[in-house]
Amino acid sequence: MKVKRVEAMMGRPEGLKLIDENGKRLDGRKKYELRRIDMEVGVLKNADGSAYVEWGKNKILAAVYGPREIHPKHLQRPDMAVLRVRYNMAPFSVEERKKPGPDRRSVEISKVIRGALEPALLLEMFPRTVIDVFIEVLQADAGTRVAGITAASLALADAGVPMRDLVAACAAGKIDGEIVLDLNKDEDNYGEADVPVAIMPLKNDITLLQMDGYLTRDELLEAVKLAIKGAKAVYQKQREALKEKYLQIAQEVAGNE
Amino acid sequence: MSDAPVMAGIMRDRILNLLKEGKRIDGRGFEDYRDVEIKTNVIEKAEGSAWVRLGETRVLVGIKVDVGEPFPDLPDRGVMTTNVELVPLASPTFEPGPPDENAIELARIVDRGIRESQAVELEKLVIVPGKLVRVIFIDVHVLDHDGNLIDATGLGAMAALLTARIPKLEYNGETGELVRLDEYEPLPVRHVPLPVTFAKIGGNMVVDPSLDEERVMESRITVTFDETGHVSAVQKGEGGSFKLEEVMYAVDTAMRKSSELREMLLSSVDRGLP
Repeated sequence: MKVKRVEAMMGRPEGLKLIDENGKRLDGRKKYELRRIDMEVGVLKNADGSAYVEWGKNKILAAVYGPREIHPKHLQRPDMAVLRVRYNMAPFSVEERKKPGPDRRSVEISKVIRGALEPALLLEMFPRTVIDVFIEVLQADAGTRVAGITAASLALADAGVPMRDLVAACAAGKIDGEIVLDLNKDEDNYGEADVPVAIMPLKNDITLLQMDGYLTRDELLEAVKLAIKGAKAVYQKQREALKEKYLQIAQEVAGNE
Repeated sequence: MSDAPVMAGIMRDRILNLLKEGKRIDGRGFEDYRDVEIKTNVIEKAEGSAWVRLGETRVLVGIKVDVGEPFPDLPDRGVMTTNVELVPLASPTFEPGPPDENAIELARIVDRGIRESQAVELEKLVIVPGKLVRVIFIDVHVLDHDGNLIDATGLGAMAALLTARIPKLEYNGETGELVRLDEYEPLPVRHVPLPVTFAKIGGNMVVDPSLDEERVMESRITVTFDETGHVSAVQKGEGGSFKLEEVMYAVDTAMRKSSELREMLLSSVDRGLP
């Protein structure tokens, strides 16, 4: 463990290959393979809607409250609901303890996630109210914003907020000169670029797009297209997770009769 | 504030109707920037500075240079930070206080564009590896907000970096003494990344949105290119959504527009490509 810490301090370990001669990545995945993703809907008692997503080593909890009365009142809009998003990382979610509370990164991520979810919601149905979305990152291993969007979108559906579509998200990136799907932490640290994307799959609308890194035009577009494919796979899992919840309820009801 | 939605409604209709005819409210083409003016070395006390006017948007960027510790994971690199202040004199919507999400997002988009292209040669700013490096502060003061603060800030930051001069230092390894000489050298800059921002309004993509256009836009996207044809930052902002074709249009147009802006920037700071 100690050796690993020193490596982390010194930047990329010498000779580290993120893709081996067989085309396998550090965690054994192929170039276009997602990490294991598990989703569960309706996991919290108090929230109007909630979801828990495990995505590789990411563990993310999302909750939705609302539409409800907005405080402070001056923020209310006469023509539509206000969407508020708070993305927050637990202090123990990362290798080095993170100081509690919002830092600049969390503030920016909260803002872009709000922009990613907003187009899916029929906010004009609930004037003068607020819909609060809380995303808590309990453990982080790269790709927390796309996992957070995925969880938040499920929580919104679970809360019964009217939506045009689910928002599904996934990232692609560049490691060792190749465009690959869904970077993990080591790949994000030592790779060349990370491209998180969120979509509403029914109409192929892109609702989140960022790029942090250094890519040619063609590489960027390749990464965007790959991330969209990944998000479509995530979308199928979201639908299954929602179905699972209602099947369970149906079984319970049937069992009671 | 109370009449804002009504005004926005009237303005939205007018902007949308004009766009349908292929026109913008200020008479520009969809791919035209507003008039740009750049002045450098306007603040003598700063190691580098630039004043940029983009239409009626005005920003002032100052570069301050200090000495400090490197990040533990990057012991052989200087440190660079970008901060933006949306000061209340610039707009009735700006309030005093710590940076809000708009200021933070703006600073981080511009910072990423510069950092990821490694525009500033941070490896040349090391005094003692792991112990002592130069710290470059890029501080942005927005003076008048008439839309597209991102591109104005990106231009200002690069103009200030390209013209910054930093004092030479002499380090005595035995005594650990650091002497600041009265000689100056240019800040080492190797690339010129520039952000190009689009607003999507009624399904139309327009470059360099004015404040009126930003008020009614559905969405925003920024693509930062350097002169080597690499993208060093992308950010979709606000709500709304883009089709893949619109993203491709933004990327290709940004490549073209950034090189036009770069040519103008380099001639106004009186130098060629680094």
